[in-house]
Amino acid sequence: MADLDSFRSETRSWLEANCPAEMRTPMRGEKDLCWGGRHFQFQSGAQKQWLDVMASRGWTVPDWPTEYGGGGLSPAEAKILKEEMRSLGCRPPLTSFGISMLGPALLKFGNEEQKKKYLTEIARGEIRWCQGYSEPGAGSDLAGLQTKAEDKGDHYLVNGQKVWTSYADQADWIFCLVRTSTESKHGGISFLLFDMESPGVSTKPILLISGNSPFCETFFDDVQVPKDQLVGEENKGWDVAKYLLGHEREMISGMGLGSGVGTGASGVMLGPVAKPEDPLLRAEIAAFDVDALAFAAMSERFIDQLKAGEAHPAMPSMMKYAGTELNKRRNELIMAAGGSDALEWESEQSKGGKPARDWLRSKANSIEGGTSEIQLGIVAKHILRLPGA
Amino acid sequence: MMTLNEDQRLLQDSVRPFMAEEGAIKKQLRYWRDINCADGFGHSLWKQFAELGLTGIMIPENQGGAGLGSVEAGILLEEIGRNLTPSPFLTTAVAAVRALQGSALAERWFPGILAGETVAALAIEEGKHHDPANIALDARRQGNGFVLDGAKQFVVQGGSADFILVAARTGGSPNETAGLTLFAVERGAAGLEVENTQLADSSWAARLKFDKVALDADAVVGEVDNGWEPLSRALNAGRAGAAAELVGVAAGASELTFEYLKQRKQFGKLIGEFQALQHRAAHLYGEIEIARAASLKAAQLLDAGDEKAEMFVSVAKAKAGRVSALAVQEGVQMHGGIGMTDEHDIGLFMKREVVLSELFGSPRFHAARVAELSGY
Repeated sequence: MADLDSFRSETRSWLEANCPAEMRTPMRGEKDLCWGGRHFQFQSGAQKQWLDVMASRGWTVPDWPTEYGGGGLSPAEAKILKEEMRSLGCRPPLTSFGISMLGPALLKFGNEEQKKKYLTEIARGEIRWCQGYSEPGAGSDLAGLQTKAEDKGDHYLVNGQKVWTSYADQADWIFCLVRTSTESKHGGISFLLFDMESPGVSTKPILLISGNSPFCETFFDDVQVPKDQLVGEENKGWDVAKYLLGHEREMISGMGLGSGVGTGASGVMLGPVAKPEDPLLRAEIAAFDVDALAFAAMSERFIDQLKAGEAHPAMPSMMKYAGTELNKRRNELIMAAGGSDALEWESEQSKGGKPARDWLRSKANSIEGGTSEIQLGIVAKHILRLPGA
Repeated sequence: MMTLNEDQRLLQDSVRPFMAEEGAIKKQLRYWRDINCADGFGHSLWKQFAELGLTGIMIPENQGGAGLGSVEAGILLEEIGRNLTPSPFLTTAVAAVRALQGSALAERWFPGILAGETVAALAIEEGKHHDPANIALDARRQGNGFVLDGAKQFVVQGGSADFILVAARTGGSPNETAGLTLFAVERGAAGLEVENTQLADSSWAARLKFDKVALDADAVVGEVDNGWEPLSRALNAGRAGAAAELVGVAAGASELTFEYLKQRKQFGKLIGEFQALQHRAAHLYGEIEIARAASLKAAQLLDAGDEKAEMFVSVAKAKAGRVSALAVQEGVQMHGGIGMTDEHDIGLFMKREVVLSELFGSPRFHAARVAELSGY
């Protein structure tokens, strides 16, 4: 315990000394996130400096092993770092699908060379990854995917189409599910990594109801992928895919906590909205706060259970379902509290239509990463063991 | 850490089979109900609790107890809830013990509680809704002591109690927390009229009338006019405890229900094969996990003396109440016709839930409290 106490005080003073003041102000939205990658435009020198100092300490991925660019921290130390960053208001130095999704899968399924190369690049924020999972004909039924990878001796030849690829137009590399065999549905899928600059890759942003285009259609036309970019064994990619989906669900479930934690202006979990005069709205916000604070306790418990090896493998599905439904409700309440102010789409006072756009964006939460219905089906089958589920 | 430590796990491992066996619905709830016992619980079981050291779980070690906290009491209460075990544990071993803790009256009452011989009750409510500051029951000074006049209701196990902790007003006016005084009134006090009433879940609560009930000064718990302090301790522990018991009620009801989905056939299929029921069952499962986490968090914060404890206790009581209501409603609905019969246990869970949700404040009361404590 004494060790942890000294780790806490050292961490705190290091953060105070190294986190630029600008990186200790609240983020104004998604645009303040640092995604890293070859083409990333830093918002400021401070943003780049913050990434560099954290990466040099391995603290962009504090609990990954040091040999792969991580901080080598124990779960308890990583938790302390997170707490200290929160209490000082430090922004996350780097956000990426490499950290939250691919990294954990590579740590489990990647070979030594792959771990050394890809994990280190992720930790330093050098490569930005995107996820090639869904296809036009394979949404909830993900294992029905048809993108084909043919064995051409020293490489695979990839042809097909992905959809809902988040930020594909800004990503450097893709982790992609492909079909290497048609003999078995789940047993014919492989997990490939390749460069988005490879000849034959093209992307097309999809305009969403929020007016934004965070997702793309991604097309593969005779893309050559070297064989050493296969993760795990050929035709065993579904295991990697499922493991990664668990991490994706954990990440998405965190959205239920919102960004307003502790602001205290109105609803605890709602963020700074004006004190509701309408008693019915107040009641709805209070009921939401009860659910959101209870879910925050659940999130804390879930992380501790994961670390202790006590979490059921299907728990991420429960968390994803509960967290995303909560985030949709949060956005509904922000719209209700905002009244006609929140309907403005472009105005300065609405920060470019932030409430309405966020509200519309939140509707995807219970669709992406497996719909709520898919998650409930997984819980029914794997946790409750209901028949025929 | 939001997982149980080794000692807590050992406690859970020992009380779970004990309560499933000794505290079972058939052996306790149905038995005492069906013989029309006016206590609604078995004194012999309370004795067994004492033999296992459970009645003194929250009594400090230097006074003969286990010196444990709300987390450990919650472990026990979840099992009590799961088996619908009627006992004075929540009011006596949790709420009353916390109220008396550190006061001169602890020495008077703790030995009997430790021995499983003493039962306590809390007399707070004066209206049909929980409203602990809204107290009018009058306690005026007379000579060296006090005289109490007024009425109380929803005094759980008030008819069985050896002493009743009574919140009375010695100063200030209704809705003020200042000017309250907590008294320990012994069974059979002159001028105290006890009307024992059975509630929907077959438990018993009393309506009390105080007609010039004279008390000595040493009946005061803590300080005169400062009764809010021991009362708050009792309420926090009682609410956190009720939340844990509600999680147990939800867990017990849902376990019965999930099992039923795997046995009952209609249209030539197990009804658990229908997606319409699968998704509702999965949703319920998640809600119970969340309520359990909230309940554990509240207990941990209380035990740590954290300033956020009050807020989280309300979160836990509100969440556990809502989730438990969902569990029993889904439980009866998914059982269909059999769920409406007295013969099946699922309806008993529904009846327990409605009482326990009201005790120490309904989900609405606690959601409103979350709003107040958050400044809106």
